[in-house]
Amino acid sequence: MRNRTTGVPVALLEVSGVAKTFGALRALDGVDLSVVSNSFHGLIGPNGSGKSTLLKAIAGDHFADNGRIRFDGRDITTMRPARRSRLGLSLKFQITAVLPELCVYDNVLLALQAHQSIWGLLRSNSRRALHGEISETLDRFQLLDRADDLAGELSHGQQQWLEIAMALTQRPKLLLLDEPTGGMSPEERRATGELLAPIRAHCAMVIVEHDLDFIKEICDRLTVMDNGRILDDGTVEEIERSAKVQEVYTTRV
Amino acid sequence: MALPGTPLRKRRKIMPILEVGVLVALLLVPLVTNDFHTIIASRMLLLAILAISFDLCWGYSGIMTFGQALFFGMAGYVSALLANKAGFVQIWGIVPVSMAVGLVSAFLIGWFLLLGRRTPTIIFVALGTLTASYAAERLVAGWQWIGAANGISVWDFLKVGPYEIEPGPTFYYIILGFLIACYVASRWIVRSQFGLVLAGMRQNEERLAFFGYRVQRFKALVFSFAGMITGLAGGLYAFHEGFIGPGNLGIVQSTYAVLYGLFGGVGTLLGPVLGVGAIEMIAFNLSDIDELKPYWPVVLGAIMLVVVTYRPTGIMGFLVSTRERIGTFGLIRDAGQDHAKPDDGGSGGTA
Repeated sequence: MRNRTTGVPVALLEVSGVAKTFGALRALDGVDLSVVSNSFHGLIGPNGSGKSTLLKAIAGDHFADNGRIRFDGRDITTMRPARRSRLGLSLKFQITAVLPELCVYDNVLLALQAHQSIWGLLRSNSRRALHGEISETLDRFQLLDRADDLAGELSHGQQQWLEIAMALTQRPKLLLLDEPTGGMSPEERRATGELLAPIRAHCAMVIVEHDLDFIKEICDRLTVMDNGRILDDGTVEEIERSAKVQEVYTTRV
Repeated sequence: MALPGTPLRKRRKIMPILEVGVLVALLLVPLVTNDFHTIIASRMLLLAILAISFDLCWGYSGIMTFGQALFFGMAGYVSALLANKAGFVQIWGIVPVSMAVGLVSAFLIGWFLLLGRRTPTIIFVALGTLTASYAAERLVAGWQWIGAANGISVWDFLKVGPYEIEPGPTFYYIILGFLIACYVASRWIVRSQFGLVLAGMRQNEERLAFFGYRVQRFKALVFSFAGMITGLAGGLYAFHEGFIGPGNLGIVQSTYAVLYGLFGGVGTLLGPVLGVGAIEMIAFNLSDIDELKPYWPVVLGAIMLVVVTYRPTGIMGFLVSTRERIGTFGLIRDAGQDHAKPDDGGSGGTA
């Protein structure tokens, strides 16, 4: 999306001055963040720097105390999660939140049918039409042969993929990923990177991740957080050269 | 890839066999017993509808309703009043009015408890429904116009056209027909894609909201539907028993609905039906033994406690695997063929 008169990319997500306190803890202290369409944006920083809190404020898991969040031209600061989701904002949780007692296939179906009318769901009228897309998605994430198994029986890495698959089936404009490679083997990490790369065509992404190699590989821009503030923001090369970031990472990590 | 559920179908399924078995058994009851037992069985069928409605709420949607009898009793009172004050006893009027009373009252309470700005907790809903049921019981017990603590006796019989239906085999089969209708409708709901949403909700409500589902609306809908079928049972109950009293909409009856469900096994629809059969038969036989008469509620309570502690899946837990209990969702239609496959039970043998 570009501004018609200037040709400058318009931000898909614009976070300005967002603050959030939990008791005495200032988890977010006036954070600004801007993500353009079809870009992958990495969010890094030491533990407790506010990355996940920021992600949750964007997704609507909790509301910001201060500041504004705009998404796709609309103010979503006080919208409930279900509304945000309908606008095209999808969150993949840090702790995998697949539905363990449903089979893998039904997990994807559940994600895919979310925007159907209640009457349509009662009549199950999209069941057959969605079948092709579900199979395709499962195939892409190498889960097709597990389709009939309960999601709770999958390996940790496979559950992460299922989560990503479910988030993507909702055709989000922006996907929020909280530690997508948490608990994965190096093999699985590489595979995850390959699975995520093609989605750039239709979706922007904000990724919180501890694995710096992974995030450098996949992201266009990085934002470094520390103590609930933005420490630095720029392309991967800029961040790698940034003195401020060096200092935080060499002294504390 | 084959549609999911195909491998599942190859595994032996117990549920359809049980359903057909129960249906056949229920069809035979008036033929193999006397009128006295048929009348008791009819009463159990009405309570089975109440139990199914509890299962829809708790077993399928995570709504802990401790006030399901409220809708049962309210519809019962309305039909008793229609009979006594207006002389109206036609089944074609009593049934829809009873269903409407159940539907509207459940919708109003569901709206208040579920659709507020804040997401209600299970405890909030449990206490809310319990309070509603208790308040209604007290209100009715103090209201002279509707018989106060004595309740209302209904002297007239229910009529189909010019024919009066006395409690007995005919009434039994009419009630069985309604039970089957309620069961099939409920099964259709919980086995549809809508049912998949309910199944997901039970496991992780928050996650479902992030998908974009308005979870509380689904709950309110199921609650209203459950209220509607409960109302149907209550309206017929007033005529069948010839009586409706404050006890029928109070917490004791509501608690029984919970017991039937938990004992039989929630989340199965058939379980609560078996639960009614089991509990009512135990109660019937125990209360017949004179030495045990004062103690049978205690015995019942003890059995209940053991089941809930050691067998949370109830009677059905012994019969059906977890995987089958979760089941599949959305009837798979063959292209060019409009009929639902009977093995998914939408139109097949159900009881």
